[in-house]
Amino acid sequence: MGRNRLNLAIGLGATCSGCDITIVDLAEYLPKVLSSVNIAFWPTAADLKLKDLEAMANGSIDLCLYHGAIVNEENAEMARLLRRKSKLMVAFGSCACFGGVPGLANLATKDSLLETVYGTPSTDNPKGLKPQGEALVGEYRMAVPKRLDAVLPLSGVVEVDYSIPGCPPQTSQVKDAFEAILSSDLPPRGSVIGPAKNLCDECPRKREGKSISKIVRAHETIADQERCLLDQGILCMGPATRAGCDAKCIKANMRCEGCMGPPDGVGDQGAKMLGAIASILGLEGEDKMSEEDVARLMDGIVDPVGLFYLFSLPSSILRRRLWEV
Amino acid sequence: MIENRKGDWFEPRILGFLCNWCSYAAADLAGMSRMEYPPNIRCVRVMCSGRVEPSFVLEALREGYDGVLIAGCHPPSDCHYQSGNLKARRRYYLLRKLLRELGINPDRVRLEWASASEGQRFAEIVKDFTERLRRLGPSPLKVKRVGAE
Amino acid sequence: MGPGREIEIYPASRLEGHAKISIFLDEEGGVRDAFFQILELRGFEEFCKGRLVEEMPRITPRICGVCPWAHHLASAKAADAVYGVEPTETAEKVREMGYSAFFVHDHLLHFYLLALPDFVPGPSAPPAERNVVGLLNKVGQELGGRLLRAFGYAHEIQEIVGGRSTHPVFCLPGGISRPITEEERARIEGMAKYLLEFSESTLGLFKKTVLKDEKYSKMILEDKNVNRVNSLAMVGEGDSLSLLRGKLKAVDPDGRAIDIFEPKDYLDHISEHVEPWTYSKFTFLKPLGWRGLVDGEGSGIYRVGPLARFNVIDRIPTPRAQGAFEEMFEVLEKPCHSTFAYHWARVIETLYAAERFMELVEDPSITNGDIRNIPAGPRGRGVGVVEAPRGVLIHDYTSDGEGRIRELNLIVPTTHNNSVICMSVRNAARSLIRAGSVEEGLLNEVEMAFRAYDPCLACATHTAPGQLPLKIEIFDSRGSLLKEISRP
Ligand code: SF4
Ligand code: SF4
Ligand code: SF4
Ligand code: FES
Repeated sequence: MGRNRLNLAIGLGATCSGCDITIVDLAEYLPKVLSSVNIAFWPTAADLKLKDLEAMANGSIDLCLYHGAIVNEENAEMARLLRRKSKLMVAFGSCACFGGVPGLANLATKDSLLETVYGTPSTDNPKGLKPQGEALVGEYRMAVPKRLDAVLPLSGVVEVDYSIPGCPPQTSQVKDAFEAILSSDLPPRGSVIGPAKNLCDECPRKREGKSISKIVRAHETIADQERCLLDQGILCMGPATRAGCDAKCIKANMRCEGCMGPPDGVGDQGAKMLGAIASILGLEGEDKMSEEDVARLMDGIVDPVGLFYLFSLPSSILRRRLWEV
Repeated sequence: MIENRKGDWFEPRILGFLCNWCSYAAADLAGMSRMEYPPNIRCVRVMCSGRVEPSFVLEALREGYDGVLIAGCHPPSDCHYQSGNLKARRRYYLLRKLLRELGINPDRVRLEWASASEGQRFAEIVKDFTERLRRLGPSPLKVKRVGAE
Repeated sequence: MGPGREIEIYPASRLEGHAKISIFLDEEGGVRDAFFQILELRGFEEFCKGRLVEEMPRITPRICGVCPWAHHLASAKAADAVYGVEPTETAEKVREMGYSAFFVHDHLLHFYLLALPDFVPGPSAPPAERNVVGLLNKVGQELGGRLLRAFGYAHEIQEIVGGRSTHPVFCLPGGISRPITEEERARIEGMAKYLLEFSESTLGLFKKTVLKDEKYSKMILEDKNVNRVNSLAMVGEGDSLSLLRGKLKAVDPDGRAIDIFEPKDYLDHISEHVEPWTYSKFTFLKPLGWRGLVDGEGSGIYRVGPLARFNVIDRIPTPRAQGAFEEMFEVLEKPCHSTFAYHWARVIETLYAAERFMELVEDPSITNGDIRNIPAGPRGRGVGVVEAPRGVLIHDYTSDGEGRIRELNLIVPTTHNNSVICMSVRNAARSLIRAGSVEEGLLNEVEMAFRAYDPCLACATHTAPGQLPLKIEIFDSRGSLLKEISRP
């Protein structure tokens, strides 16, 4: 650990704050981190002085961890400002890395989203108001930031030096990442700080990886705790997901939902999973299957987008829904 | 040229992933025998239809192709790698489902079988696909590129 | 810029995204109005459509990383209802055990990291001290160490029970994903004992530092920042405190019961109002209607959260917390409207959750293998309601025949409290801005007022050197900047 304290900034966009909590959850390790950094900027915890931040010299922040997705112009502006001020810009958590769960908003249009939120059955909204941009309230002019047309990952607006994925990143990952950063023991720029391989690689379960004859939904069975979930027909995202979380959900006997995003060499997590599942689903007796049989089998996957792209839609190849059909 | 639904004239662009052993040979045959088929397709030779990753298809669509053709050896047993074509078939059904959920007409992707001797069949597939795509109109990805650059 | 002068406090605090306070002055420099604006929207009600019902308990915690367990449980209950399946007895107990540990954790976080720094180093202490580091220095390394240990334990317990502590994964329609082993139970029991003791000593600390301190006890007893509104909370049997099961009950500002209903019928009793200047809606009691941001007789506005729960319930089902509850209402009137009393209620609830947690971990059936009832197909609509640390949380799903969400509605605690937070902020501004001059304590007063309600996501505040960010800009009537006030 260097003698000079690192100038640390923690920036945020559209976030659930779970990523902040992960840093707090470092618990006993926290003082060690705090003693080796100087917090230059952390809106959740430290005094936010946007002016001060603007006044800082470019590059004067050594490390910026940015969490949350980019959903409005203000998020984008904050990201750009922090990028100018920071030597290292790190996308922290899956929202910043890939768009995350709020990135599912790319399945809707901005209008339909506002329409739905301000038109729920409990909403009494006779005038059909939809907060967006400026509003004149009596004689006061007030504004809420406008949403962008599509949710973006951090890399959609600025150059990102490193990524620490996870929703949220696990404390062990954060510790390792801090160690790596504090000791300047870093992989090449642009990489993900974490293992390169997929989750199956660190999964403790027995995997045969042969054929599955049908999809089993999580609530339809009590999964065997020893055998690979995918082998049991449960759509575990392990094959298309980066290792590094210590197989947390698997140990809780639940399918991996893919929060770590794709492993090295995989651009599109959903497409990867789609390929993986198609290789084993209906493998046995494949030559005897009719087209209808195959179609029916695949219909067992009821929500492919929600299952395969829960965290990565904005950084997938297609990025969002279109409206042809 | 045919007028599409929206009243515009347009020539669809198709990317074809053709397996080396059957369909690429069929395309070759069609070409050499000077069979008439539309020039709208660009062919990529792959070793087997089972080699076509779903991401290849998505990339092609993002690049603005209006349609993607995957062609391989006849099932069940003509594939030179035993069952690559059957794997391709399963992927294809799942991919169609995914495209529908993402608001893209699944008919923009097509899976066909053509053996090395079926030059004529290949030509007809391309003709038919081209016409169908004309009717569908330009890819929605071409009309509006998504995300902010 | 409107007429008069405008003061902007930006950003006020973390709350479902960014928030801001805009204060408008009249020609005489008094406060004409003040607005608490929520500036971000993610739109879960839209993009959860089409998702699988059984996945919702894993998706919705991403609404808030501070109270993910509340969303996980509310969602699980809604999913149970969609599938028409009751969790097994063991599953119910394990769910509640995990939830109790979360509740202790969340309340402790709030109390030590958010609320206490206002009281211990004191609101006028230099900013560098008004945070957890300053707090630890003041209360001593010994307590600091114990506090971090408590957080560490709570984190570990949630991870054992829930799979992950932030964004747990273990609930499925009809129960939970796997049984707790005896080994795990024993490990949890050890930590539970510690948390129970720690919760008890926290109550002691609160009494010693806050109630015994003349200035602060005055703040609670003679709070200027009082809004007389209704209270809404879940009640268990005999109108007892209950976090996961029961009916919803509302009492008026004088404590008279005015409504009681099954959670699934909430649409007949609660409604939400929309304003164009904030992304957050404003709930109100439907029979009373929306009359604007006003309190008192006949207003439909209500509050939720620890103090609201205490105003609504008659008793707490665990002995030590019940004692503390009685003690609190010997000192305070019931119902109580002082926002600072939220902190008192919160430390008592921490004790309740810790006691409840202890009961469950000692229950021999907690390690049973009977963890789930497997449902048949989905049946349509399901509503799940829980008491989140910050108040009533409602998840309402309608499924199609394939178990995909067709329609959903979510009402989070901050929405229930939105009106009363707005009014608190306005009160604070009015009491401290006169003739265009801003009294010193404005920032603190405003902060402390809405910190009592703990707008979601603010929990992590004060964890590191620093403090809640506030800035005031004063503009003249033509909109040019006259003066800027921010902390040193
Ligand atoms: S990555 Fe997950 S934990 Fe982090 S902000 Fe996004 S939703 Fe929250
Ligand atoms: S698919 Fe899932 S359960 Fe199976 S080995 Fe991979 S990570 Fe483990
Ligand atoms: S198992 Fe999968 S979903 Fe769970 S924490 Fe790990 S990567 Fe994320
Ligand atoms: S080799 Fe032609 S499809 Fe496999």
